[in-house]
Amino acid sequence: MPDTGRPLSPHLSVYRWPITMTLSILHRGSGVALSVGLVVLAAWLAAAASGAVVYEEFAGFMQSLFGRILLAGWSFAFFFHLLNGVRHIVWDFGLGFEKSQANASAWLVVVLTIVLTLAYWLML
Amino acid sequence: MQRVSAVALVILGLWFLVALLSLQGIAHAEVVRWLGQPFNGVMMLLLCTTLVWHSKLGVQVVIEDYVHGPVVKVVSLLLNKFVHVFLLAVAIYSVFSIGLRNSL
Repeated sequence: MPDTGRPLSPHLSVYRWPITMTLSILHRGSGVALSVGLVVLAAWLAAAASGAVVYEEFAGFMQSLFGRILLAGWSFAFFFHLLNGVRHIVWDFGLGFEKSQANASAWLVVVLTIVLTLAYWLML
Repeated sequence: MQRVSAVALVILGLWFLVALLSLQGIAHAEVVRWLGQPFNGVMMLLLCTTLVWHSKLGVQVVIEDYVHGPVVKVVSLLLNKFVHVFLLAVAIYSVFSIGLRNSL
């Protein structure tokens, strides 16, 4: 935005953080993170198509500590974005707009995301 | 259209998660064997196409919200589309390459 020199009222420093607001920006953030993950998914497929030598390099990186951290992050982002996305689709049907409902569904999404991510990694 | 691709992704994403669990490790031979099966190849193509579409739409909204310079914005939006199309091309080529190799 162009600098007009006018004072700006404070926002992030003073506004309370409702859980709904947090989930809204997390939905966008997880989406962007997943888009980056999409590049890795395509790279995985390309590596598989490029023969065992190339694939081993790729697999080696993904199985390193850094690679595993990335994968854990992406799986967390995936479950969150999926669950919060379902929450959005429920809203599209006109349901769940009461503040109490939005807050309850928000916390449900947070809890389920953590549970599902942990459960999935335990099963892998 | 984010919604339609979103619903499809719930199904396709769950398939992918379950399929990954069924893989006996991610060694090259195993991955190629798995992707070589027609159903898995088809599902993977559907997953990648829907993912690319949904991701392109999402990133587009983010660019429109935060990028404002007239030239930068247009370039960013174009790049967004091109990069996504490139990713899709990589995915389609790879899946076909593995699938055809297995049946020849």
